[in-house]
Amino acid sequence: MAKSVEDLPYIPLMSESSAVNKTGVWRVIKPIVDQEECNQCYICWKFCPDVAIHIDEEGSILIDYDHCKGCGICEAVCPKKCIEMVKEE
Amino acid sequence: MGKLTIPQEELMNSGHIGCLGCGGTLAMRYLLKALGKRTMITIPACCIAIMSGIYPRNFLKVPLLDVAFETTAASASGIRAALDAKGIDDVYVVGFGGDGGTADIGIQALSGTAERGDNIIYVMYDNEAYMNTGIQRSGATPFGAWTTTTPVGTTGDFKKRPKKNMVEIMVAHDIPYAATASVAYPEDFVKKVMKAKDMDGTKFFHVFSPCPTGWRYSPEMTIQIGVLAFQTTVFPMYEVENGVYRVTKKPAKRKPVADYLKLQGRFKHLDDETIKIIQKNVDRNWEMLLAKAEFTKKFAE
Ligand SMILES: Cc1ncc(C[n+]2csc(CCOP(=O)(O)OP(=O)(O)O)c2C)c(N)n1
Ligand code: SF4
Ligand code: SF4
Ligand code: SF4
Ligand SMILES: [Mg+2]
Repeated sequence: MAKSVEDLPYIPLMSESSAVNKTGVWRVIKPIVDQEECNQCYICWKFCPDVAIHIDEEGSILIDYDHCKGCGICEAVCPKKCIEMVKEE
Repeated sequence: MGKLTIPQEELMNSGHIGCLGCGGTLAMRYLLKALGKRTMITIPACCIAIMSGIYPRNFLKVPLLDVAFETTAASASGIRAALDAKGIDDVYVVGFGGDGGTADIGIQALSGTAERGDNIIYVMYDNEAYMNTGIQRSGATPFGAWTTTTPVGTTGDFKKRPKKNMVEIMVAHDIPYAATASVAYPEDFVKKVMKAKDMDGTKFFHVFSPCPTGWRYSPEMTIQIGVLAFQTTVFPMYEVENGVYRVTKKPAKRKPVADYLKLQGRFKHLDDETIKIIQKNVDRNWEMLLAKAEFTKKFAE
């Protein structure tokens, strides 16, 4: 990130990932995965508009709460009904 | 570990500032999965243009150029010309515009690009209105919809003209490939992009991208609404390769359009009479599409 105007390029260039925006703070409901029930079909991963669902080395679903906005799509598409949306404290 | 049905690599970043459940961002995510890293994108004014948030943030891992509203296709043509001049031939060039920026404001530039046959991919992500400025009617807004410029109110002034058929307009330019796709069917979309990306000339994709904010539904329903648009054939899945139509996905049994309409606040004013008119139009368009596929079959290579 540039510290002063002098550090900025003459042509505006976008040089930083939007991942620095912690959009997780928007969330009012939060998806919780029941890992016991999950069959790792990755349908939730496929449909997350916020790229906030990851697959770890073991193949488990991992939700990135720094960026998940709590839209509830993952809960709606999960065929095993093993994602539950709970109210944020 | 299960099997992934679309490529795993993510070229779209998290932290973008789209609304909860935004369909348009999924269109971008899937497109980049199909094209890979060697891609350059040009984007006009629209919701996708502001996704990165404040300067100098970028919601994509590929080069992206923000351009004036009416210049998407012209700028894509320009990028291609520059790459050609530099002898770079392994980069996909994409114009990625909204329905307003494509069907209305950018149509002249797009027509020029297609007529010249410039080697680019154009994606129109369709949320059926000018969303970024507050849900104004566009040429792609469907008959019957409420928008802030077709406000229903006491005059019953919902949109009275049908949706502009962009695929037909592009097919009339004699381009190698034009197709519809939907964010509810990423495998179908990715497959079509993979198939068309190396064809020479202008390739066009019309991608159905539900918008919870503008369509007035709860954000978790984005995929369900895309599925219903397909099952009712409000938005059918097809491709046109060198003028030959092919329906790529057919619903096992067509559902009544009311199933699709009733989930969205933008259609809640519609009475049974008007829903009947919509059903009739959807039936007719579906029959016509099947007839086109049948008729053009004999022209396939
Ligand atoms: C020449 C010009 N006219 C108007 C605008 C204002 N404007 C910015 S985004 C936008 C709406 C774009 O609608 P669409 O292309 O459908 O994309 P969406 O916002 O729905 O994603 C408008 C009207 C502009 N930026 N430039
Ligand atoms: S709630 Fe929405 S943003 Fe959060 S992980 Fe699920 S699909 Fe992604
Ligand atoms: S959709 Fe449900 S079952 Fe499938 S991977 Fe996600 S949480 Fe697991
Ligand atoms: S208004 Fe619609 S298209 Fe625009 S960011 Fe919000 S959900 Fe996405
Ligand atoms: Mg739009």
